[in-house]
Amino acid sequence: MKKLGNVYLALILLFLYLPIFVLIVFSFNETKSRSVFSGFTLDWYVRLFHNKAIIASLINTLIIATLASIISTVLGTLAAIGINSMKKVPKAVVMNITNMPVINPEIVTGVSMMLLFVFFAARMNLEFGFVTLLIAHITFDVPYVILNIMPKFKQMDPHLFEAAQDLGCSPFQSFRKVILPEIMPGIISGFLMAFTYSLDDFVISYFTSGSTSQTLPITIYSMTRRKISPEINALSTLLFIAVVAILIVKNIIETKQAKKNAGYKGV
Amino acid sequence: MKQLKVLSLPYLVWMVIFILVPILMMAFFAFTTENGALTLEHISDVGQYANIFVRSIWLALIATAICLVLAYPIAFILSRMEKHKQGTMLMLVMLPMWMNFLLRTYAWMTLLGNNGIINYLLGLIGLGPYKLINTSAAVVLGMVYNYLPFMILPLYSVMEKIDKSVIEAATDLGCNSAKVLFKVILPLSLPGITSGITMVFVPAISTFIISRMLGGGSNLLIGDLIEMQFLGNAYDPHLGAAIALVLMVIILVIMTVMNQFSPDDQVLI
Amino acid sequence: MENIVSLKNLVVEFEDGEQILKNISLDIKDKEFVTFLGPSGCGKTTTLRIIGGFLEPTAGDVFFEGKRINGLPPHKRNVNTVFQRYALFPHLNVYENIAFGLRVKKLPEKEILKRVGEMLELVNLKGFEKRTVNRLSGGQQQRVAIARALVNRPKVLLLDEPLGALDLKLRKEMQTELRKIQQALELTFVYVTHDQEEALTMSDTVVVMNNGIIQQIGSPTDIYNEPVNAFVADFIGESNIINGCMPEDCVVEFTGRRFACVDKGFSPDETVDVVIRPEDVKVIPAENAKLTGIVESVVFKGVHYEMTVDGVDHKWIIHSTKAEPVGAMIGMDFDPYDIHIMKKTEG
Repeated sequence: MKKLGNVYLALILLFLYLPIFVLIVFSFNETKSRSVFSGFTLDWYVRLFHNKAIIASLINTLIIATLASIISTVLGTLAAIGINSMKKVPKAVVMNITNMPVINPEIVTGVSMMLLFVFFAARMNLEFGFVTLLIAHITFDVPYVILNIMPKFKQMDPHLFEAAQDLGCSPFQSFRKVILPEIMPGIISGFLMAFTYSLDDFVISYFTSGSTSQTLPITIYSMTRRKISPEINALSTLLFIAVVAILIVKNIIETKQAKKNAGYKGV
Repeated sequence: MKQLKVLSLPYLVWMVIFILVPILMMAFFAFTTENGALTLEHISDVGQYANIFVRSIWLALIATAICLVLAYPIAFILSRMEKHKQGTMLMLVMLPMWMNFLLRTYAWMTLLGNNGIINYLLGLIGLGPYKLINTSAAVVLGMVYNYLPFMILPLYSVMEKIDKSVIEAATDLGCNSAKVLFKVILPLSLPGITSGITMVFVPAISTFIISRMLGGGSNLLIGDLIEMQFLGNAYDPHLGAAIALVLMVIILVIMTVMNQFSPDDQVLI
Repeated sequence: MENIVSLKNLVVEFEDGEQILKNISLDIKDKEFVTFLGPSGCGKTTTLRIIGGFLEPTAGDVFFEGKRINGLPPHKRNVNTVFQRYALFPHLNVYENIAFGLRVKKLPEKEILKRVGEMLELVNLKGFEKRTVNRLSGGQQQRVAIARALVNRPKVLLLDEPLGALDLKLRKEMQTELRKIQQALELTFVYVTHDQEEALTMSDTVVVMNNGIIQQIGSPTDIYNEPVNAFVADFIGESNIINGCMPEDCVVEFTGRRFACVDKGFSPDETVDVVIRPEDVKVIPAENAKLTGIVESVVFKGVHYEMTVDGVDHKWIIHSTKAEPVGAMIGMDFDPYDIHIMKKTEG
């Protein structure tokens, strides 16, 4: 029974990884052939680094993801604190609207924002580009920040805020010394989630970007629409390596932290 | 903590302008003409595309069903592994998710192509070439490949919480493996199933990339239809808004139905 | 002894008009151990929160050492609280939790070290300084919470059901320990509990509350021996409470029979509650008894047997060191001073 399970698991992993490995292998292929490996080359990587559109959109993506995730973390953290102290009904209303970008299909969020930007573009000299892209990214990022922080309030002992005041803190001090450290893990995971979603987003960016400001996924998309180029394979390989590296580092940090926490047991 | 309410003000303003107003605008566009007059024309026009709606729902349903069947055993196997292995295996399963989904779809484009490696390998043993790409099967494959982890994750997080002693208790009370599965594990994993289904079905029914890259021109889905009204040749934002609105309503209805099966309203992200 | 905390005509009303406290007045003396006792929802925790400054009364005044302190925020009051589930700061270790209040006051590091050290000794937690609070047992967390409050040297310590989450044995130990700490440091403790035994063992003064009203204030012995009404009698220990009436002074009639008692001053034939403690029911031979009943069940309780006896119109609870066989007919009698007569309370 257990063996059967392991075979099945292996098959699923094969299904998940094989396409990516084929992609990687052919990034080193001399010719443009997608079926026959004719010889090793690093040409496609060289070309990739000379591709201005890709480099520019990569930089643009990083800028937008960084800005959007920082702004949405600040906005979302303040919002979560405020929402938490709201009464039941307004809280439910706000949370339902906040959930909309999460629940709605991306395409619906994308086109609805596009409609808004078209409306402003016609009246206020707003151009589709960096600004619209940034606004769109912040808009779909903030809910993730809020949704990451809210559960921390729920887990928190409701009397912590009072306990801090009881021990001499003003309301502001109690917030800074007690509440903030308690929700910090939520803020950090919210920030990271917002950042990765921003990096990865295609659909919403597709509807809200102009020709002046493109993100990497949009550039990739337009490349796949044109003739197949092994440069994409090279790009995929690099991104895959980056992802693996990040996950390994994350794992190492987490194991170290787990060990450190476990260490207290012995004391 | 009452005075802290004001902190949410900046976000509330943002939320109204950039979440609420756009959705309302979409509804407004769906029900008005270019001159701003009220009309039901666009909504009724959506009926012309019934075949596309049916195809989208059908393909998304098939993909969701395949994902559920594939993911359920995986989630169960993962959840019963030793704790330290679980983390690593889960990371292995989720890792492809971190690649941009355009690239993942692109990978299948090159695999399934007429000159792709699958047809090449089949050719070596004297078969084919088959038309693999630009078929609805390719679209379903693309959906399954892209969204399978969305199904595994919620299932795993529910099953991981099922206490081993609960399963032991069931065996103790006379259940064989099959009965344990149907009488204990399945009911307990129901919340994971419902949230997995929504997490696969919603992006699957609204995709336009997978159908475009793997389905060719012949397998239009709702997503393609909407995209064409906004950024394509068929430019008609009023019709596009109407289609998007109908899509939203369909999804809301499905999610409400799914929630009926879920004992508590937990949302797994 | 002077009053350290005085409550005058406190009223707390929710927006929907529901009254949580209905006109509470109380003086708490310095160095006194006062316990608010009552069922959940009786207003005891609300009263404590008013003293702590977490809740403003709708009406009425709070005095601390003679000064009116309404509106003074919690961090400016010289009282500290031990919260129900301790409310320890999970991101700080034991030492930092205890040092929290001193750090807020920006005391010099040396002073903090000294005072936290004293506290750790007081609550027997030496060597636990670096421990994360989540890794402590319930009893240890409790000690940290007490140390964290006491280190600030408050004049009054407020304790909101602090032992509720502990198991029975630990609770008993902590009761004695708390009492010792209170006497050693000569502090005023205001303690909230719904456990009558806890209230009786620890307190100098017990304040019995119900429905937002103070039912009785007194020493544990007074409260137990001389409950002022049926509620107090029932809530403090077990009681037989029977409807009766007073045909004349020092005579009470219940279950159709007349008994001598020591109470007087009721109007003729006034209906009253008659309260008799289970241990005050004397079992006598049935043939020469005014009141008889049939033994329904006998349960051994360690020191005594608890019998349920089906008498006329009333099921009696009797505590006795001698068990009677189930089904036997027994007689019951009472000494006049063991029959407590109480005016009917409204509702």
